[in-house]
Amino acid sequence: MEQAAPALERLLQPAPLEPLGHPDAGLEAAVGEEAEGAQDEEGPGDRTMTENNFWLKKIEISVSEAEKRTGRNAMNMQETYTAYLVETRSVEHNDGPSVLTDSLWRRYSEFELLRNYLLVYYPHIVVPPLPEKRAEFIWHKLSADNMDPDFVERRRIGLENFLLRVASHPILCRDRIFYLFLTQEGNWKEIVNETGFQLKADSRLKALNATFRVKNPDKRFTELKHYSDELQSVISHLLRVRARVADRLYGVYKVHGNYGRVFSEWSAIEKEMGDGLQSAGHHMDVAVCRKHELMQYDLEMAAQDLASKKQQCEELSTGTVRTFSLKGMTTKLFGQETPEQREARIKVLEEQISEGEQQLKSKNLEGREFVKNAWADIERFKEQKNRDLKEALISYAVMQISMCKKGIQVWTNAKECFSKM
Amino acid sequence: MEGELPAAPRGSSGPPAGDAGGDSPCALLPAEALALDGDEDDLEVFSKDASLMDMNSLSPTMPTSPLSMINQVKFEDEPDLKDLFITVDDPESHVTTIETFITYRVATQTSRGEFDSSEFEVRRRYQDFLWLKGKLEEAHPTLIIPPLPEKFVVKGMVERFNDDFIETRRRALNKFLNRIADHPTLTFSEDFKVFLTAQAGELSSHKKQGPGLLSKVGQTVRAVALSMRGVRSRPEEFTEMNDFIETFSQKINLIDKISQRIYKEEREYFDEMKEYGPIHALWSESEEDLADMLGGVASCLDRCCQATERRLCGLSEALLPVVHEYVLYSEMLMGVMRRRDHIQAELESKAEALTYKKADTDLLTEEIGKLEDKVECANTALRADWERWKQNMRNDIKSAFADTAERNIHYYEQCLATWESFLTAQSDLYAKEPPEDKP
Repeated sequence: MEQAAPALERLLQPAPLEPLGHPDAGLEAAVGEEAEGAQDEEGPGDRTMTENNFWLKKIEISVSEAEKRTGRNAMNMQETYTAYLVETRSVEHNDGPSVLTDSLWRRYSEFELLRNYLLVYYPHIVVPPLPEKRAEFIWHKLSADNMDPDFVERRRIGLENFLLRVASHPILCRDRIFYLFLTQEGNWKEIVNETGFQLKADSRLKALNATFRVKNPDKRFTELKHYSDELQSVISHLLRVRARVADRLYGVYKVHGNYGRVFSEWSAIEKEMGDGLQSAGHHMDVAVCRKHELMQYDLEMAAQDLASKKQQCEELSTGTVRTFSLKGMTTKLFGQETPEQREARIKVLEEQISEGEQQLKSKNLEGREFVKNAWADIERFKEQKNRDLKEALISYAVMQISMCKKGIQVWTNAKECFSKM
Repeated sequence: MEGELPAAPRGSSGPPAGDAGGDSPCALLPAEALALDGDEDDLEVFSKDASLMDMNSLSPTMPTSPLSMINQVKFEDEPDLKDLFITVDDPESHVTTIETFITYRVATQTSRGEFDSSEFEVRRRYQDFLWLKGKLEEAHPTLIIPPLPEKFVVKGMVERFNDDFIETRRRALNKFLNRIADHPTLTFSEDFKVFLTAQAGELSSHKKQGPGLLSKVGQTVRAVALSMRGVRSRPEEFTEMNDFIETFSQKINLIDKISQRIYKEEREYFDEMKEYGPIHALWSESEEDLADMLGGVASCLDRCCQATERRLCGLSEALLPVVHEYVLYSEMLMGVMRRRDHIQAELESKAEALTYKKADTDLLTEEIGKLEDKVECANTALRADWERWKQNMRNDIKSAFADTAERNIHYYEQCLATWESFLTAQSDLYAKEPPEDKP
């Protein structure tokens, strides 16, 4: 128990922040910033612009390309992986031209490293999620292939979203490691590891597994945890069904494509129906829809958001105010002793008690600060989540509409061909 | 044009057969009882248009009465004047100690003179249909007899008589009889009339007439011998016909497979969709801000799901049976070609015999003469029926696919409307909310 407390202390202070245009670093300032509402993305349409005070200018971040690479891994075995080009641009004025300031290549594992680091150093913040490591909601009856171009594309978008969300978070955007991630290709991994965050991660896990449980967990957190449990299960279910639905639909379209071939062959022997059959066949081929129309990244992103939020929530709820009992300590110690020994003992204990009380006070203070900050971030996250989900649902509707229009067109053409036969 | 059922309620011409409206249940329209006064003394107001008759019709033009005009069913291109309406329905299971079988009600309404009455109702089982088909083939070896549904369905049937199987068979049997009724020659077959009108006992005794078993065996033996021999000089037109049939058979079989597959895939899609709406509804229960929107999405998905169901029904009613019937037709056609060849081969073998035998030449010459006539008749009959069949085939395939396209358009239009109204509702909501404060 003693060990947990100092570790926690360290946890609450993030790695030294580089003063970037703002002299204050630290939690208090961050909370203040939040209250002012220094935010965020412009609007649903323009997703690459973020308005933060990173360099007192607007910046754009994009993950623009993906490339297959081969190299040697830690065990000196050859491996193939995908590298992503991360470009950062700064924009002087609102509509001005953007200037490329940095561009480097990163692979998925480096993104993961960045995220794990942020998780450790900002325990009260809902850190944005990364796209899935493996293709989770498998469809097209494909096996999970990390080299599949669709998967790579989805991942690229996911990585871009991740960076944008970090950059638009009032606290996370100022982190030095994040800054270096965008600007310094070589040696970045070593710098991250030097922060020693892995150790903290380990001890954090220990803290979570600590035997003493929170006595009066903040009700809000419990409710939130419950909500995000439910939500996660609903959304995973939904995504699974959605993947299956898309799969089936794709199957239907694909089989229709066969008509095209057979009609063409048939038209060879039919003098009267020949033309009609052939043109109808052509339309059937077109009916095979493009894969990307069946994809919807948005909701999957939201799902990942929630999945990670749930995990963090669990950590948050056990990170709230901890009480520990001094009384328990003192009563144990009064046993068979001489009065003098007892006197000395009591004196030491009294000192320890007053020290402990001091610590408790400051811990409680820290704890309350922690809860306040965490809750503020959760509120921010909730707003964002609702916005994102609404957008996702609307774009789903838009996608359905465009599919229907296309279907109408295709079948109207086919019908015409059939009628002319 | 061949239609499935008489679907004419009293006094109106009714909807064309086989067209299910947007919300009708997935079943064929039941036949209404037609009001026939039985008054057959009316003057002949119309006679059948001679141009609609094929050359090969051996029967005189039948007079039609105004009554049959009332019963006219509206078909697409040809306003045929039907005077014989048949329905097959009401499957019933019969269990005896030996076997279990299904009988179907065959109901006939007619204004034809040679029928004793204007309405008949009998029960028939599949064997009886088989018998009828056999008799028709015997009497008209080179006419294209409509196909019967398969005897068994081999793959994956647990129960021999499950509901889907019975319903599919019922529809096909209905089609079978109506096609015969529409055929200019076959419609006047005596066996056909007996089939439609005879009660159970009469039918079995009628069946027993005609060539006995032994003579049938004899025929088969000769047929086998002849088919081993083959035809020496098949006329070019029939070789072309044969080639067409082969290619057609390939293609229609493929189309049948594709269509069945599409049905299966759409069915599975529908099964998944059934879950999709409810998930969103469930989700909306744990949300506050998003609840309305999620509810809206859920109801859109449900409506699309229903539209999918209707589309499925359409496939199984309108497209699949038509395509499958033509698969069976293509097998029939090959049989017809074989029989035609067989008749020619008979002639050829007799002609050959003539060159060898010097005795009995008179008898042989007479027989050859008869066979030559037979070949001539057979070819003429086939030629005419072939043209008719091709015409029907084109029309049927064309309407089946055009109909499917129409249903698909309808489906997409419904889904489009659903989603568009959802979006409109959302944008109305946004219009009401004050714009968010931006820094």
